[in-house]
Amino acid sequence: MTESILKLNQLAFAYSDKQVFTNLNYDLKKGDFLSIVGENGVGKTTLMRLILQELKPTGGTLSFLPNRQAVKVGYVPQFRNIDSEYPLSIQDFVGLNFARVGLPWLNRAERKRVSDILAETKLIQMRHRPLGQASGGEKQKAYLAQALLDQPNLLILDESTASLDPIAKTELLDLVKQINQEQQLTVIFVTHDIPLARRYADDYLFLSAGHYEAGPIAALTNEKVGDMDHA
Amino acid sequence: MLSYPFMQNAYMAGTLIAIISGIMGVFVIARNMSFLTHTLSEIGFAGAAFGIFMGWQPLNGMLLFTTISSIGVGELGAKSSRRENSITAISALAIGLGILFLSLADSNASYATGILFGSVIGISRQNVIQMVALSAVVLIVTAFIYRFLKFDSFDAIGARVEGLWTRTLSVIFLVLLAFSVSVAAQIVGSLLIFILLTLPAAAAKYYAHTVGMMIGVAVTFSLLGVWIGLYLSYVTNWPVSFFIAVIEVLFYFSALIFQRLKA
Ligand SMILES: Nc1ncnc2c1ncn2[C@@H]1O[C@H](COP(=O)(O)OP(=O)(O)O)[C@@H](O)[C@H]1O
Ligand SMILES: [Mg+2]
Repeated sequence: MTESILKLNQLAFAYSDKQVFTNLNYDLKKGDFLSIVGENGVGKTTLMRLILQELKPTGGTLSFLPNRQAVKVGYVPQFRNIDSEYPLSIQDFVGLNFARVGLPWLNRAERKRVSDILAETKLIQMRHRPLGQASGGEKQKAYLAQALLDQPNLLILDESTASLDPIAKTELLDLVKQINQEQQLTVIFVTHDIPLARRYADDYLFLSAGHYEAGPIAALTNEKVGDMDHA
Repeated sequence: MLSYPFMQNAYMAGTLIAIISGIMGVFVIARNMSFLTHTLSEIGFAGAAFGIFMGWQPLNGMLLFTTISSIGVGELGAKSSRRENSITAISALAIGLGILFLSLADSNASYATGILFGSVIGISRQNVIQMVALSAVVLIVTAFIYRFLKFDSFDAIGARVEGLWTRTLSVIFLVLLAFSVSVAAQIVGSLLIFILLTLPAAAAKYYAHTVGMMIGVAVTFSLLGVWIGLYLSYVTNWPVSFFIAVIEVLFYFSALIFQRLKA
């Protein structure tokens, strides 16, 4: 596990007038399960948007290794507007991510990929159910399945467990951990739930205002996170 | 009834309109654009009136106005709170202009009611040909961008995160919508065009759970509305848009009842 997939070098970012972080250095290894922890508003989502290249660094660099093309990012965003009347079935929702030039309907190989990923994420039995009527945990699994559809090698989960009950949290992360281990999928798991991070992550990156820390997850001691450990 | 050329034209045009509206309607509903569609039809009215004033085919005036404004709305972008109000303002302006152009053009009143409320007898073979061409453009472009449009319409956040060209897509969609509004207004009239572009798709949402099926159901509902409406209008001599409105509203409410029963 020495190969890097993503390097942050003196990375800095500011929204027009508001500095979010400066001098951030991190070397993300291939196959790692990294937890990014920190209070609300410290810039976790901002960092993810930099990785997605939706935002540009205002200082330093963010580079993918061995090159940009080699890294395909799958992102499960923190917020999604799926209400209870949302009509699409879980299967159709997952298949949306086959947005590429082609016939309007999915071909055989694409349909096979959709059902493989539904099986992998344990959604196969409820694949025809409208997503709007799925439970919170099932919804998150569907978002995960959609992000995994086009086979990313870097998966980002942004607070995906925040609204889930303990059982659904465990179920989702067990699934992610399994794929992480079996397929060498690099995972960035953004959370403010420290115990959960301890349970699943290999490493951590702890952001707080004007300061950050990183290391193996065992080093994420209580005095470091201070009063954050109530989550 | 179908031995009359005007009824043949009306049925041909109506069938096209129903198909286009059913397809586009599914995306209108998914993108929450019912309100904007309504406004586009009012802009279409102004355009048609302008066309008459200039001595053109009303359809050409309509195309001009709706296309320009759809691109303008795309440029207004995602600032949604401001968008609603701007749209209301544009709407008001459009209706005002429409009334002005109609009064400046010394045309008779039946021309005006034709534009506003639609008509069966007003459709010539040449209109039908132009409508076929416009519908073909809408269908071909839609087929081409279908997968992207589907993703962006049914999961805008997911599409953006995957790096889809969502801005361009929404402008293309608005232009297609402008074409559809102009085509559909030929029969149902600009005042009621949003019926076909919203109600069948809004009802379809309760019966179908894939985009393809929703399109199928929406097209069926709008075809039935147009075909039955044209027939009843021929028999009773009442306006066709009245019947289409009633039929589509019935479809919509039965969908709501169906949903209630299922739950
Ligand atoms: N688009 C934006 N424009 C200006 N400030 C923003 C924007 N998005 C987030 N911020 C601010 O940047 C900081 C970091 O936000 P965010 O990355 O969402 O934090 P986190 O995900 O850790 O809760 C917050 O203070 C937030 O208010
Ligand atoms: Mg966040």
